[in-house]
Amino acid sequence: MKRRNFLVAAGAALVAGCNRIAETNAGKAVLDAADSWHKNAQRLLTSRDALAPEYPASAISPFFRGNGSTDPQNGDYPRHVEEGFANWRLEVTGLVANPLSLSLENIRRLPQRTQITRHDCVEGWSAIGQWTGPQLSVLLDAAELRDDARFVIFRCADNLNGGDYYESVDLIDAYHPQTIIAHSLNGQALPVRNGAPLRMRIERQLGYKHAKYLTGIEAVASLDDVGLGKGGYWEDRAGYQWYAGI
Amino acid sequence: MKRHALSTRLWHWLNLLCVVVLFMSGLTISNAHRRLYWGDWGFEASQAWLMVPRFPDWMTIPGYYSLAVARDWHILMAWPFALGLLFMWIAMMVNRHFKRDIVTKRREWRPSAIWRDVVEHLKLNFDHHEGKYNFLQKLAYGLVLGVFLPMMIFTGISISPGMEPTFGWLVDLLGGRQSARSLHFIFAFAIAGFFIVHVLLVILSGPIRQMQDMITGGRKA
Repeated sequence: MKRRNFLVAAGAALVAGCNRIAETNAGKAVLDAADSWHKNAQRLLTSRDALAPEYPASAISPFFRGNGSTDPQNGDYPRHVEEGFANWRLEVTGLVANPLSLSLENIRRLPQRTQITRHDCVEGWSAIGQWTGPQLSVLLDAAELRDDARFVIFRCADNLNGGDYYESVDLIDAYHPQTIIAHSLNGQALPVRNGAPLRMRIERQLGYKHAKYLTGIEAVASLDDVGLGKGGYWEDRAGYQWYAGI
Repeated sequence: MKRHALSTRLWHWLNLLCVVVLFMSGLTISNAHRRLYWGDWGFEASQAWLMVPRFPDWMTIPGYYSLAVARDWHILMAWPFALGLLFMWIAMMVNRHFKRDIVTKRREWRPSAIWRDVVEHLKLNFDHHEGKYNFLQKLAYGLVLGVFLPMMIFTGISISPGMEPTFGWLVDLLGGRQSARSLHFIFAFAIAGFFIVHVLLVILSGPIRQMQDMITGGRKA
């Protein structure tokens, strides 16, 4: 009995120690650094254009689960749903020489990429779906990205628990061939649950990076002045890792 | 000559710390989605082969539900865990600990010899062998060092979407990402099972001397 108590006490001390370490600045710095060690190691092992696996049509999941916002009710979004997204615009702004404002029709007329990929949620589940849309690189090139741009911010229409959803990636993932702005899932217009009318696909990272209800793409030099400065809604609010390839 | 080499002792305690933090933070990660699937995908109860119980806060790191903090610890400790295991394998190949003490001999696999070893264990007689370890010890250490711990690394790599462009063959070999996640869970509990038996047998076989020797090295018997 005493031994069991000892083990429980040792476990509790370990948890308390971990919490204490995580609260110090040095502890936080080490925990954050570990995330970028993984990023650097992954990028050392994998070329910047290496593709995430693509599946045959037979592998598509019968239903594609939605997480986070699945039916936004804030702002103009319900009106856009009623209008069938006829007046939806996607703005490309920030550190670009030639800002763009695109309708869904404009986006459908760009060169398209279709890919059947697996979506991995940070919580652990996976689903496979077929996505179609232009590569982000096509839009960034058309907008003439400036040399001082280092990150791309994705602005979203959904407000989740009082905060506007947003995400960001660096230029390696922004220019990855599978990084597309999807307007369709499994050959149909994107359902509201999965981010209608536009969502990002960042195939080598976890689901929370794949911003839904996309309204804007903004090129920036630093993430410090965006949101709370951590580069994304969940990064700011819950401390999720900015690099989500792990 | 010491009973335990310095490399063994350093790795043993480093690995204990890593495994405990990884396991406890892993329980928090399990709490985030308490279902396990086979194959490439899965997200609903109807697709799951196991509904995992919710692990209480006193078992988890941190001691409350935070997937982000648990992932921070898991991601950090994966480094010393994997590099430590690589170090231990190199060390025990170089100092011949593996070949001399852990590799089993053919005659130890005879059913009668295995049976005798089991009986001696039940009688709590652990010194009935000629080499450093008895057969069941060799088997347990070999499985943990050669299968359970490496499989945690391989299945862990296979769950990471950023590794998949390079390690897609490994994910396929394991039967898909959700299979890799299930195996990650199964091997984690295999290690937890080893941990419990290991601690129990240390307690039954002179815990003070055992602990002292794993710290100071002890003297060769």
